[in-house]
Amino acid sequence: MQLIEIQNISKWYGEFQVLTECSTSVAKGEVVVVCGPSGSGKSTLIKCVNALEPFQTGNITVNGISLSDKKTNLPKLRSRVGMVFQNFELFPHMTIIENMTIAQEKVLGRSKEDALTKGHALLKRVGLVEQTNKFPGQLSGGQQQRVAIARALAMDPMCMLFDEPTSALDPEMVNEVLDVMVALAEEGMTMMCVTHEMGFARKVANRVVFMDRGRIVEDAHKDEFFGSPRSERAQEFLSKILSH
Amino acid sequence: MYEFDWSSIPGAIPLLLKGMLITLEISAVAIVVGIAWGTVLAVARISGVGILSKLAALYVNLFRSVPLIMVILWFYLITPELIRAIFGAGIGDIRLASALVAFALFEAAYYSEIIRAGIQSVPRGQMSAGLALGFTPGQTMRRIILPQAFRNMVPLLLTQAIILFQDTSLVYVIGLSDFFGTAYKVGDRDGRLVELLLFAGLVYFVICFTASRIVKRLQARYAID
Repeated sequence: MQLIEIQNISKWYGEFQVLTECSTSVAKGEVVVVCGPSGSGKSTLIKCVNALEPFQTGNITVNGISLSDKKTNLPKLRSRVGMVFQNFELFPHMTIIENMTIAQEKVLGRSKEDALTKGHALLKRVGLVEQTNKFPGQLSGGQQQRVAIARALAMDPMCMLFDEPTSALDPEMVNEVLDVMVALAEEGMTMMCVTHEMGFARKVANRVVFMDRGRIVEDAHKDEFFGSPRSERAQEFLSKILSH
Repeated sequence: MYEFDWSSIPGAIPLLLKGMLITLEISAVAIVVGIAWGTVLAVARISGVGILSKLAALYVNLFRSVPLIMVILWFYLITPELIRAIFGAGIGDIRLASALVAFALFEAAYYSEIIRAGIQSVPRGQMSAGLALGFTPGQTMRRIILPQAFRNMVPLLLTQAIILFQDTSLVYVIGLSDFFGTAYKVGDRDGRLVELLLFAGLVYFVICFTASRIVKRLQARYAID
């Protein structure tokens, strides 16, 4: 079954069309990497999946629930779709553990004890249990992003969206975040990742979606994409990104 | 040369204290209601809901474009008429009540601009992060955005409170005996206006200068994190 189904999405900012008839899907347990040059609309597309960005035509369903349906309870749906942002977006006025527990308690209605237990377990899993009572500003970028992943996991998401999770990181911190993501993929988490990390894509992706100027130009199995990309734009992109 | 005579001040201290209480009461009510109402206005203004944001903008622009002293007079003159029209009967002394309302509504316009800037100083991604975790826009505003915005705004809010504290002296136009009004009346009564007004000025200066030093210290402390 397709967990995320994107059907013919188009989106405009005023006159300017940022997405043109994009369609793709992510099956349960699948890892799909979305890549493409900057400005190609990949971040916009992934933000449409949990309705952080509205779109004008087309439809997206997540676990069978349609985002275009006016009756859909968007906050409830979002609470089950984990999202990790380029700039981490931890809440700077809360400690690490408060970041982990606030939505568990206030959105899911878990008891404080349950939320704390879950929060500690996940911090341990991303190797940051010593940082429990610090504030986000006291952590490195890589550590903050690992907390952000753990915060999303604390909601028991049915899938995870990653919007360039390593782009804002210093190079030496990229791997600690990718390691967490690889482990997550290997456990069978359904993931849609906007990223330039082709090593990550080769390692864990099932499919690669390549975007250019608001269109999905290529949507292929990773071996096919890396081995023999069909479109010229994708060939060009790959040669640029892999030549160093 | 003018001979200073400070002798009427000690005897007037109880009266002056009573006046100071009124000054503080107006300031406190205007600060608390002004910040609360100002927050509502600021949120309405950036809500993106057309009619709400237009109404809030109209309110803020209106109050910011008229002198405070006129607002005080309006509420003093119009409120009794309104009450008479609605309840069919006049009421007693409304000077304090009308001053409280006038200050609260007027200051809310200024506070809302400070609060709006504070909200806009919080990165947009914070709203996305709150929504992505399943909070509603309102919950995200209340739990995530506003707490950060208020931290950024503390010095500005306090500075506005100091200005407001000084502006309360304008209630003399409706004959209210706040600290300034009392000093004026005592000075007038004893023929010692210059001394009383110098004394009142000194008191305002000490209070406001001390408060602004505290704001400076707070500013330095908040700047660290």
